[in-house]
Amino acid sequence: MKGCIERLWNGLVKENPVLVLMLGMCPALAVSTQAANGIGMGLSTLAVLVLSNFVISCLRKVIPDQVRLPAYIVIVASLVTVTELLIKAYIPSLYEELGIYIPLIVVNCIILGRAEAYANKHTPLLSVMDGIGMGLGFTVALTIAGAIRELLGTGKVFGAQLLPEGFGMTIFIQPPGAFLVFALIIAIMNAVGIKTRQRKLVESGCDGNCGLCQTPCETAAPKSEEPQKGGEQA
Amino acid sequence: MNNTSLILIIVGSALIHNVVLNQFLGICSFLGVSKQMKASISLGGAVIFVITIASAVASLLYDYVLKPLGMDFMKTIIFILVIAALVQIVEMFLKKKSPAVYNALGIYLPLITTNCAVLGVALTNVQDGYNFIQCVTSGFGTALGYTIAIVLLAGIRSRINEKDLPAPLRGAPIVMIAAALMSIAFMGFGGLKL
Repeated sequence: MKGCIERLWNGLVKENPVLVLMLGMCPALAVSTQAANGIGMGLSTLAVLVLSNFVISCLRKVIPDQVRLPAYIVIVASLVTVTELLIKAYIPSLYEELGIYIPLIVVNCIILGRAEAYANKHTPLLSVMDGIGMGLGFTVALTIAGAIRELLGTGKVFGAQLLPEGFGMTIFIQPPGAFLVFALIIAIMNAVGIKTRQRKLVESGCDGNCGLCQTPCETAAPKSEEPQKGGEQA
Repeated sequence: MNNTSLILIIVGSALIHNVVLNQFLGICSFLGVSKQMKASISLGGAVIFVITIASAVASLLYDYVLKPLGMDFMKTIIFILVIAALVQIVEMFLKKKSPAVYNALGIYLPLITTNCAVLGVALTNVQDGYNFIQCVTSGFGTALGYTIAIVLLAGIRSRINEKDLPAPLRGAPIVMIAAALMSIAFMGFGGLKL
């Protein structure tokens, strides 16, 4: 039970896929124009991630090591197709909004990354919890970014008018706004995390996450055990 | 099919709807590889090569196999497998026929499989109902746009590296701010009347 809660916390905060590991940036930047879209995309990815982690974890002793990546891709692509058809049938408005980014969940690095880094080494229950944690982390990051962009761009959040009528810096709901908002969110997280991380780095050495590290790689001593990275970057 | 409309497709997909700065496909490699100019140029070349071939193959497969059989809902699965196989074949072919190019591309060639731009282009082409020639053109244009963006960003980053930035902005944030400014510049192309 403790392991399960640890997994959730890990995905939500410690290894938040978007804000810390910098995985799955493409859909994060693209669909965060509104908070509601962020939730929709986040939950679709969560569903695929949980199912793919479960299936891959169940099959981890069956799939031969040499062909594991093609096997994972087929599993993930099938699950994404199922999700796409379900969304098309039951939430057509969301399907219109997200468009091409639903089938592109296949190449979301979070999913293959978790399969490779976690699900193929752990039991189905823990893998499902890991999927839920990572999926929630993704959803929360997307929703926050979406809410900020919607608020600054149109003065609304979830369609409710918060700022005076007529307020809107349109740039924030256009493509450049996505880069700006994510850059600033990550910068704020860096500013908060830098002190604690530097203290930790001196104690434990490099954790293989270069996105947040200001120490040159040569000076940081390598960590003794294998770093838990998020799999290959796409 | 006249020539002007093909040129319009190239300009549209390379500049106006730039795949990285406007549609956010292939961000991971865009942010990751643009550290070095040389690697960016190699990756750009490889991406042009793979996307053009992948959109040609995907278009043929969709028109002559998937659509007649009424299996177009299978397109995501089929396309991603085709792209993965294609990257392998291209890799083997280059290794045998032109080792110089193969060595120049190095690790970036296999990584293209997981570049969402490739699958994204194949799927958008099919959605837009493009014919074979239009698919190849739009694939080439998109990849050209990717190359332009990543080479430009690599140039900007080589200048950023020398500057004394506030610590929280170092690394990913400043690169994304640079990308935001590039994206604003590219929005100017949206004013082109085509």
